[in-house]
Amino acid sequence: MTIDRIRALVLEQGRLSNSDVADSDDLYRAGLTSHASVNLMLALEDEFDIEFPESYLRRSTFASIAAIHEAIGEITGDLSVAK
Amino acid sequence: MTPTATAVTDQHLRRDLVAAATMVAQTVVASSANSVDREARFPQEAVDALRKQRLLGAMIPRAFGGGGASLAEVGLIIELLAAQCASTAMIYAMHQIQVACLVNHGTTPELHDYLRLVAGNELLLASATTEIGVGGDVRTSLCSLDETANGYSLTKEAGVISYGNYADGILATARRNSSAANSDQVIVAIPARDYELEPRGTWDTLGFRGTCSLGFLLQAHVDAGCVIPASYAEVSSRTMLPISHITWAHVWLGIAEGAMIKARASLRISARKTPGETPPGALRVAEALTILHQFRSLVHGAVRDYEAALQSPNSLDSMGFAIQMNNLKLSSSTLVVDVVSRALNICGIAGYREDSPFSLGRALRDAHGAALMVNNDRIYKTTAQMLLIAKDV
Repeated sequence: MTIDRIRALVLEQGRLSNSDVADSDDLYRAGLTSHASVNLMLALEDEFDIEFPESYLRRSTFASIAAIHEAIGEITGDLSVAK
Repeated sequence: MTPTATAVTDQHLRRDLVAAATMVAQTVVASSANSVDREARFPQEAVDALRKQRLLGAMIPRAFGGGGASLAEVGLIIELLAAQCASTAMIYAMHQIQVACLVNHGTTPELHDYLRLVAGNELLLASATTEIGVGGDVRTSLCSLDETANGYSLTKEAGVISYGNYADGILATARRNSSAANSDQVIVAIPARDYELEPRGTWDTLGFRGTCSLGFLLQAHVDAGCVIPASYAEVSSRTMLPISHITWAHVWLGIAEGAMIKARASLRISARKTPGETPPGALRVAEALTILHQFRSLVHGAVRDYEAALQSPNSLDSMGFAIQMNNLKLSSSTLVVDVVSRALNICGIAGYREDSPFSLGRALRDAHGAALMVNNDRIYKTTAQMLLIAKDV
């Protein structure tokens, strides 16, 4: 499942102070810093073999696991990912 | 009244603000600048004059009792002040940053009331965003809002609160609550009656000596309604960061303009002594002016870019905009040293003297602060990291 791969990367790169995050939880509230978010973006690009277009490079794109999932779905054009 | 008539009235009022700033800059700010610098003291008479001309509330919307000035107009006021006294201009700029946060994000009824009070009484606002123990990262807080019977208490070891002893209110950052992550910050407005400051250390520096940027232990009561509802992350990216870089850049531009005014006056004196012959400094003035104009285009262009970005708040949150604002800081803090050094070269020994009307020692010392207040290397590091993922050039 794509969302599980995303969750794994969020936990690996996000340096969250609270790792018990639901899909819709605000990652910034859980301790995601802008520094860690860049590492997360790089890891996501590598894992899904994508490049986030400039218009996706904003806080809201990475605000939750669900938001990242949706963005990746849009970028890959994979409707099963995008729901 | 028709909308057109209102617009005309607004324009008159705002032109009056710039005219008032010109008068204040050329009188009390100019005459107090050297003693403020020498004694490293707060420019009380300059701030009193700004207050009397209702310039502290210039950027507050007229609906809240302020002057309704635009960022471009406030930028011009900052330049005029900085050409005479960089410390006064920096205090004015830092105050406007706090005002902008309240205007853009102070959405609670209590914060609306506070903004009216700031406008009505021409209050001076300071900032407590830095904290001992976070390594200079203002996007991290250790202190937190701790719930009390009637709001919150806040205790913060603030590394710096510029002009803290002279402010009428402080905007401070803190973790949302005692169990929040270090990056989960809010920003709160605290009127002077609700806090106590215990000074830590002294402020005896090379430049910007009048800003009195001591560290303080801040102990405060915070009204629940005085917590800005948006996260500090949002306030920072949309307002505090861009407005800081834009207003600081105007301070540095003003320092450079002040130095070039002296350089050109000095050149004219040389030219009058040798009619029919262009003094060698003339080429240096022409050269320095190209840099100053480049500098001015950069700073004024940033205001227009910010105002354009305001039309689509999404673009304010983008990495590209953050990089652009970082670059404004990096370029302008370097250009100010360049222009002042050129001006010193043109003025020659008269600029090097401390007792001449062309003295540029203070301007040069102030100029060197630009790269250090939020160290350029820290900003380069942040930008470099973003560039690993950002695509646009």
